[in-house]
Amino acid sequence: MSKSSPVLELKGVGRSFGGLVAVNSVDLEVAAGSITSIIGPNGAGKTTLFNVISGLYAPTRGEIMLNGVVLATPDHKTEREALIWAAIAVTGSVLGAVAGLAIDAPAGLAGVGAIVSSGGILLAAVARPSWYTRLCARLGIRRSARPNDVVFLGVARTFQNIRLFKEMSALENVMVGTHARTEVGLFDALLDTRRFRQTESASETQALTLLEAVGLQKQANVAAKNLAYGDQRKLEVARALASQPKLLLLDEPAAGMNPAETEQMIDLIKSIRDKFGVTVVLIEHDMRVVMGISEKIAVLDHGEKIAEGTPLEIRSNPRVIEAYLGRGAATGA
Amino acid sequence: MMNRMREYLLRHRSLDIVLRLTAIAIVLPLLAATPIFGAFQPFNGWLTGFANAAIFVMLAIGLNIVVGKAGLLDLGFAAFFAIGAYTYAFGASAYSGNDIPFWLMLPIGAIVTAIFGVAIGAPTLRLRGDYLAIVTLGFGEIIPNVLLNSDKYTLGTNGISGLNRPELPIIGAFKSNEPWPWFILAVVLIGLIMIAADRISFSRIGRAWEAIREDELAAASNGINTVTFKLLAFAIGASTAGIAGAFLASKLSFVSPDQFKFSVSVTVLSMLVLGGIGNLWGAAIGAFLLYFVQSILLKQLNEGFKGVPVLGEIDFLQLQYLLFGLALVIMMLRRPGGLFPERRVARHRPGASKQ
Repeated sequence: MSKSSPVLELKGVGRSFGGLVAVNSVDLEVAAGSITSIIGPNGAGKTTLFNVISGLYAPTRGEIMLNGVVLATPDHKTEREALIWAAIAVTGSVLGAVAGLAIDAPAGLAGVGAIVSSGGILLAAVARPSWYTRLCARLGIRRSARPNDVVFLGVARTFQNIRLFKEMSALENVMVGTHARTEVGLFDALLDTRRFRQTESASETQALTLLEAVGLQKQANVAAKNLAYGDQRKLEVARALASQPKLLLLDEPAAGMNPAETEQMIDLIKSIRDKFGVTVVLIEHDMRVVMGISEKIAVLDHGEKIAEGTPLEIRSNPRVIEAYLGRGAATGA
Repeated sequence: MMNRMREYLLRHRSLDIVLRLTAIAIVLPLLAATPIFGAFQPFNGWLTGFANAAIFVMLAIGLNIVVGKAGLLDLGFAAFFAIGAYTYAFGASAYSGNDIPFWLMLPIGAIVTAIFGVAIGAPTLRLRGDYLAIVTLGFGEIIPNVLLNSDKYTLGTNGISGLNRPELPIIGAFKSNEPWPWFILAVVLIGLIMIAADRISFSRIGRAWEAIREDELAAASNGINTVTFKLLAFAIGASTAGIAGAFLASKLSFVSPDQFKFSVSVTVLSMLVLGGIGNLWGAAIGAFLLYFVQSILLKQLNEGFKGVPVLGEIDFLQLQYLLFGLALVIMMLRRPGGLFPERRVARHRPGASKQ
């Protein structure tokens, strides 16, 4: 938990949609083990920033670093990727031709070689398995990580408008969360191997532990859609934790909750930080939550970061009061 | 005792499938031997009918993976059926000169159709719902048309005949007038396909599919590579159709493009909706029932109403799609989950997957 190495580092990150600049050059450092809040008026670009960090959108400018590794950057030099395909296709057809000459086979073999090799690599480019992404990175082709890559690298998130798998049980929802940390192939499942059974029961145990951590152990078999609203929010947190993240992004975790539920959520966020050692970044409008748990607050307005500091500093910052908090906050709400 | 047995079978679902299928494989021929069933058609006719129905059961189980589990509406499933059947025709017929045994052609057919599943699935990955349905519909039309028009290789409309039949050491080659071997082979194939489908569905892969079906964006944000898993669903669904295709081709000893028309895709989808999308047994039973309505009941209605005014004038076989349509509308209104809705929750009771 040294202050010197931030878990997440945003360097001039921006995202625009056509002419609309949703986020314009945001710099932010999030220290390991801290709780950071991002606040700002509606439409300030908070959720867009989350979407960029979690890989749903590629940034249109800037760079996102996770534990010192580039996570996302505007796509560039992707034309080199096409060169790789071409090179492999040419190699394939040459090999096919050579093999054809050697065994005196039909001339179509070269074509088959080209189709098979380029088809294979094209598929890799479409599916982008992790080895392919790594290969590209090594060859100097940098592309933004997809959401699943981001999860694999240790960032999990929840959504502002709860996005659970509604028909699945609470337990299954959390078990889906373990996906990134389990590795069971098709044939393990088909042959019902020992590895398959062990992994399966391990992720079930883990999911139950997490349900207990958020206080939902009794509702393990209830369909997500039938859970109470506050419990759905907790379930989303449990599901996000199942991927064993280093960084947890919570998008308005206390939205729509009553004061009692909000208190529970505050305790929950603190306890998961302590228990699981995750760094938490949250977007929130409820000032009780923000002021109650944040060590640092960043304020966004019109896609720009207008202030950053401790709750005390933010509360008295005139620009923040102007843009967002209003006069009441300054006098101590 | 009953409870403990039920508990045991809940944990050993493959055994459950084997037991149920064995029971079905015993009961069906016994039923067919009763006078009531005999009134419709002779015993051997029933047994052949069961084996034919099995083809649709396999197709329905395969489509259930694509549509039911992964939620990818595929209206061109017959394309994979066609590819499986033609793969068999190229691999094991006098026409092609190849003579690969049936038992080897099954996995080959499954692999070839899986590759086509990926190839056809890849361009549709960005599409959802209606758009996906339209594109798959297109592919479903393209494949039979390609087979129809490349008559240099496929003999066009005439189709390829004289395909090899499966052979076994003691009983020799299967014959078209001896339905028992086909019936047993069909049950065994369905058993294998069902066990495979069940095991995959109740694994990390099956959960990933369901997550994609429920909310693709949330699935991706929970670490699921949606591209890979959608392609996998297409591949596995297609390979099932490939096995069904090989079985059909060897059973009829003949393939032609018009066995794989759009109506086949629609029929299989109707079977799925009727039986219960997402439910393995629902898909299988829906397929079985609809096949017999189509092949026997409607024909019998024609016979039965002969001479009766008004009703006797109607050709029920011509009305089959109207009747299917009506049945689907009624199902959607009264029982949207199908006859056997996907059983949710409770199956993952804590400890259910423990060894």
